[in-house]
Parts: sequence; C-alpha cells; structure tokens
Amino acid sequence: MKSEENVGEQEMNLLEIKDLSFGYGREKVLKDINICMRKGESVGLIGANGVGKSTLLRLLTGLLDIQEGGIWINGLEMKKENMAGIRAEIGYVFQDSDSQLFMTTVYEDVAFAPRNYGKSEEETERLSMGALRQVCLEEKKDCQIYRLSGGEKKLASIATVLAMEAKVMLLDEPSVALDPRNRRNLIRILNELPGAKLIASHDLDFIYDTCQRVILLSEGRIAADHETEKILRDQRLLEAHGLELPLSFSRA
Amino acid sequence: MNRISDAVSEIYKLDMEAGKKGWLQEIHPLSKLLVTILFILLTVSFGKYDLSGLLKMGIYLIAAFVLGDISIKMLLKRMKLLLALVCLAGIGNPLFDRETLFVLGSLNVTGGMVSAATLIIKGAYSVSASYLLMITTPMEDLCRALRKLCVPKTIVTILMLAYRYIIVLLKEAERMTDAYMLRAPGQKGISYKAWGTLAGQLLLRSMDRAQVVYDSMKLRGYGGEFPQGCRKTAGMGDYAYGIGWSAALLAVRLL
Repeated sequence: MKSEENVGEQEMNLLEIKDLSFGYGREKVLKDINICMRKGESVGLIGANGVGKSTLLRLLTGLLDIQEGGIWINGLEMKKENMAGIRAEIGYVFQDSDSQLFMTTVYEDVAFAPRNYGKSEEETERLSMGALRQVCLEEKKDCQIYRLSGGEKKLASIATVLAMEAKVMLLDEPSVALDPRNRRNLIRILNELPGAKLIASHDLDFIYDTCQRVILLSEGRIAADHETEKILRDQRLLEAHGLELPLSFSRA
Repeated sequence: MNRISDAVSEIYKLDMEAGKKGWLQEIHPLSKLLVTILFILLTVSFGKYDLSGLLKMGIYLIAAFVLGDISIKMLLKRMKLLLALVCLAGIGNPLFDRETLFVLGSLNVTGGMVSAATLIIKGAYSVSASYLLMITTPMEDLCRALRKLCVPKTIVTILMLAYRYIIVLLKEAERMTDAYMLRAPGQKGISYKAWGTLAGQLLLRSMDRAQVVYDSMKLRGYGGEFPQGCRKTAGMGDYAYGIGWSAALLAVRLL
C-alpha cells in the first residue's frame, strides 16, 4: 500500500503549465506553452536571447500575472488567493545574487524565509544551518554578504531557497560569472539536491551536466522537449533555433 | 576610491563592526536600546547652566567606549559633520546671554558661554550614544528591538528598507560614476551637461534594482513586515546591563 502511495506521489506533476500565453503589450512573448515536471526532475530551459525564458520563470513565481492558460504548482492553481501557498512551494534563484541577498549576514539572509513563514527560532536555525550545510557554506554563516566571492554569493542564494524547503527550484542563469572551480562545485551541489529544478541557461555544458531533460524555446514556443542528450547533440536543431552545440561536444 | 565607494565602504564597515564578537555586541539589543534612550532623555533634561551635572553623565560614554574597545578617533571621523552641526547650534548663545555667572581667573564666564557648552555637550553626548548603539548592534537587531518597544511596524519597516536601499542607490551611483570617469579620464568631476542624464539614469536603475530586491523579498514570504525572530534571548547579563546602567544614570541625574 505504502509503495503504491509513493508511486502515486512520484507520478503526480509538481509543476504543470497548460496553454500558457503571455505578452508585453500586443507582442506575444510566450505562446501555447505546455510543460509538466515531476518530483525530483531536473529540466533545462534553453533558447536564444529574448525567447521568453526569464518571462516564463517570472510567471511561474507569480511575479507576472497570467494572461492566458494556467499554471499549477503541487496541485495549486496559480491564482491570487493561492499565491502565498504557491510561493512557499517555489524557490527562485535570481541571476544577480547581489539583488537576491539583501540582509547583512549570510545566516540572516538564509533565515529570512523560514522566519517569514512563521517557523520557530529553533526550526529556523535547523533549516538555515541545514541549507548552508548543503551548499558547504556553514562556516560562512556569520560572514557579511559583501565579503563573499561571486561563487559563494551564488551558493548563498541557493541556500536561501533551500531553507524554504521549496518543492520546485527555479534557477535563472546560475552559472553566470562563476569560475571553473565554483561552476563545478555548483554542478555537484545541484545534482545532489533532491527537489525538482527548472534551470534557464545559455550555458549548454552546464545544462548537460545538471539536467535529464531539456525544453528548447524558440520565438515564444516550445520547439523541442526531450532528454538532454537527444537535444544537445542535435546540431541542426540547435542551429535552427539560434543556438550552437555545447563546447564540450563541438571540441570532441 | 571615490566618495561614493567610501560611503558604501563605511556602511559595510559599520555593519561589520556591529556584527563582530565583543561583550558590548553580545548584550541584548533591547537592553542597549533602552539604556541609550534613557541616556539621551536624561542628558537633554539637564538645565542650560548645569554643566557639572552634565559632565558626570559622560561616565557612561567613557566606560562604554573603553570597555567596548571602540575607537573615539573613528567616532570623530564618522560623525564629524553631525558634531560640527551640533557645535554650530550653540555658537550664538554667548552673544545673547551676557550675564556673568562666575569668574575664572581673569575670564568672566557668561551664561551664554555655559549654555553654549551645555548645548554642545548635550548634542555631542546624544550623537556619541547613538553611534555607540549603531556600532554595537546590527540594523536587523535594532529594528527587532524597536518592534519590541511597540514602535509601529510601518516605521520599523521603512527604517529597515531605507537602510537597504541607500546601499542599492549608492552602488548604482558608484557604477555610473566609475563608467563615466573611465571614459572621461581628463575630467576632474562629472560635467554639468551630464548631470541631468546621469540623475535620470540613476533613478531608473535604482528603481529597477530596488524592484528586484523587493521581488526577492516577496518570493521568500515577505508580507509587509520584517520577521521578528531573534537568535538571542535576554540573559542575566543583559538584565544586569540594562538595570545597572539605568540605575547609575538616574543616580547621576537625580543626586
């Protein structure tokens, strides 16, 4: 019985987007988007500049209002009355860590969400320290944000989301401005995280190392949605949509 | 480094000093806040000729600065503008109040001189006590302490956000002036012709950045009030600090 429940839970879509369209003014940026994500799935969102990747992520967080279609997060439909519940399920890692981290110390920033969600101080500490441990920043907990390196800031941003125990993590260009060592470290950490992840990035090598599935956006539509290997090795498909083979493939 | 980077760096240094380990930093923020408020209230309550009584109040500042290992040189450097303003406030008194109060050697000490000194000392004490609180208490803890004193959440939130957005604004200004100066190497400052454009750009950019910061807060459950969690609960030492200093300051004032 228990195993059937587990199977059912795994089968349930954590994130579901149905017939989503969105535009700024008259210009449609996203058209008829349909995406499903399951628990533990790591999905890459790729596409040339301006195809709507960031807009899609902002719609998923509720920072933009839905115009057509619908979004369901863990069974909750994205509506004003469900927004508090939905935001507790979603963690968004911004492209610019400096804008994401606004408190004085690393711990204060990571503890911001649990405190806001009414957790006790003991629970907040458990969640915050657990999140910092996951990204190997335990020893920097009392460090001032501005003293962190670019890589550490990115990890601290991820910790702020982990402390929320969000079921779905959205990451916007997570590998930007990271040196090779920090990039490798981030890949390892992301691969160890259990939750579902939607990663929007131009760094196709990074997507290859972190995602099992890739969604290719082109001109606001889904041009392809398959396993990572299949899409990232298809040179013709990538070039037709303004992308190129990952560097590691083109060198081989 | 230009003036803007200096300002940003000063704010960061203040944050860092407030967060470092030290006995004064470890005292509960509410205790420190209450003692500071009491100190300022008692200081300003002295009469305008009560210079000797006022000087005795300095014991609190001397003890805190010495025991807390806080640099007086830094206080003078950081607060120089405010202290100068305080001095200016009392400078006119000797001109209006010329009645001799006592004679010191061959000098006739007038009421105006004493009241000017009193006014300056009151101002300097208040600025120093506020600095002492700022340098030993992180802004988040200070805001939590204010909420515990039932200061309305709107005021506390505005205080907290203003503190954060000043940094955002300064950083944007720093980026823009750096970009300008790198392309105008011969100029001493920013040409007046560019002031309008730069000010407009600064406003738009800082609004954008402030929006992203606000989005980040909203996405982590921010609903109009900063969370009031506090890792530290008041212990015997905190009570002793608060009660001890309150009693001592009241004794100096009343006896």
